[in-house]
Amino acid sequence: MSTVLESTKAAPSGAALKEGASPQGNASHRRGAAPQETAVLQEDAATLGKTACAIADAAAAAAGSSATVRPTDPADIAASPFKRDFPLLANHPELAFLDSAATAQRPKTVLDAQRRFYEDMNANALRGLYRLSVEATEAIEVARERVARFIGAPSARDVVLVRNASEALNLVAKAFAPTVLGPGDEVCITIMEHHSNLIPWQQACQAAGARLVYLYPDEQGVIQPEEMDAKVGPRTKIVAAAHVSNVLGIENPIAELGRRVHAHGGYLVVDGAQSVPHMKVDVQALDCDFFAFSAHKAFGPFGMGVLWGKHELLEAMPPFLTGGEMIDSVTEQDAQWAPVPEKFEAGTQDAAGIYATAAAIAYMEAVGRDVIERRERALVRDCMEKLAELPYVHVIGHPDPDQHHGVISFNVEGIHPHDVASILDMQNVAIRAGHHCAQPLLAWLGQESCCRASYAFYNDEADTDALVEGLKTVWRTFNGE
Amino acid sequence: MASSIYTAALMEHNAHPDYKYDMDAPTATLDGVNPSCGDELVLALRVEDGVIEEAAFTGHGCAVSQASADMMADLVTGETVEEARRLTSLFLSMVKGEELSSAELEDLDEAAELESISRMPARVKCAELAWRTLERMLHDGAPQEE
Repeated sequence: MSTVLESTKAAPSGAALKEGASPQGNASHRRGAAPQETAVLQEDAATLGKTACAIADAAAAAAGSSATVRPTDPADIAASPFKRDFPLLANHPELAFLDSAATAQRPKTVLDAQRRFYEDMNANALRGLYRLSVEATEAIEVARERVARFIGAPSARDVVLVRNASEALNLVAKAFAPTVLGPGDEVCITIMEHHSNLIPWQQACQAAGARLVYLYPDEQGVIQPEEMDAKVGPRTKIVAAAHVSNVLGIENPIAELGRRVHAHGGYLVVDGAQSVPHMKVDVQALDCDFFAFSAHKAFGPFGMGVLWGKHELLEAMPPFLTGGEMIDSVTEQDAQWAPVPEKFEAGTQDAAGIYATAAAIAYMEAVGRDVIERRERALVRDCMEKLAELPYVHVIGHPDPDQHHGVISFNVEGIHPHDVASILDMQNVAIRAGHHCAQPLLAWLGQESCCRASYAFYNDEADTDALVEGLKTVWRTFNGE
Repeated sequence: MASSIYTAALMEHNAHPDYKYDMDAPTATLDGVNPSCGDELVLALRVEDGVIEEAAFTGHGCAVSQASADMMADLVTGETVEEARRLTSLFLSMVKGEELSSAELEDLDEAAELESISRMPARVKCAELAWRTLERMLHDGAPQEE
């Protein structure tokens, strides 16, 4: 116990740094960070209290490790200086990891934060009256604040911590949808939804006698205004859409969908699983009613998801899961719910995962959202230019690389995606092949399955070159020289 | 570089499958689906007097699943249902990584080339699709009935 207090008193130079990428003491002084970053770190230490130190440490370590070697031009995609922040990438220099849309790699600071929680703060949050439990509770609340700030949420009280984006979307479809859906009503989704933002709406519509209506994009993957006008109308109670498609990589017109559905008194649900890792997200600017994402695609731990909702909607909804810690009082026959967000957080939370999620956010902020975006744009552009030189490779979706947000789906003429992925795997190139949990989209595209290379900011030109060389080998394997 | 399972025999069966066609008068057909990858196959048999006189398949899938189906059809054509069951069981054991005797491997003929798939767990299902479908058909006993 005493180590917790001692190690966290002197912010921000705690345990996370001892094993972190920046081993020498107070990183924010040592590394000569940009003034803006220093300000963020000082604010963390001052306003978020002592349990925030590991998070601040994570930010400092991230900034420290990358600042010293950070390229002057973020769009410089020669050897990535960020790979050394990620133990898996550092341990496997031969690997071209191009499957970050499935799950990203985690920086050491995130792994350290998880470990630090168990070593210094572990107790069951909310329940205990002793200091360690209070610390664990505080860690969750600090993380909640961090998440709220990260997505532009006006209040951390409206951030519900769940297991993943699927659970967040199920929560909305199971607890909120029945309160607004009736027979003859419509739920409108896009054809490019991941199954996790599709099946919950099928179920909700079946239960309510409502109709599930699909928005279809044009041949480049863009949902046009006429399509939105045709599909979103007075019967539309809910529009649910992927912010960014996990197959096409395209960003959907969320704000425009919101304007239309709100004009008819309906609600907008956004699946942000593929946008949060790649772009700055502001739930208020999007004017959505619910926003869901998973931590593991955004450099955080598995098993952590976030649902943000407008406060009055969360207040009015019944709970989704019931049990411990989501009540105010319980009698033999009835129960009173705890306030939002605890009302939606039944059972013991993964406090360590929540804490590590905050460290992942701190890491992303230290790297810089602008740097992340610019690197990914450069990486995708480079890849699409190189793929265009292979006549047998056909990229699916928009011809403009800037519309791909880290995701490039493609097919190799006459060769099944599983064979492509296997032969690439033999050359240490990891891509995804299959239906990508978006079977209706692939059916609509007229494909059984496809290949997908997906990027994060830690990738570099060498990863793309390995992919391109690998694809040449794939072609030769099936077609000779 | 991309050696192991992508052998010349596999590539040949994939590119020019002898047994991929619609059979005129099958005594039994069965659909096989690989839900994780969307591969689909319809296996057709013509069984007379307990002997598989004709085997053919249609559908789509990766090179491994297509070649495996073609090798299987080649292997079981002309065999008794009993022997086809034994061969199917041998193949499924092999791709699960069980050690077969050299005589058993010889019995599997070209299909024995898929032995190394057991070291690629993600692809085992591809190799198995046709054989699992055949196993279900033979298990049901349907093709033996005239």
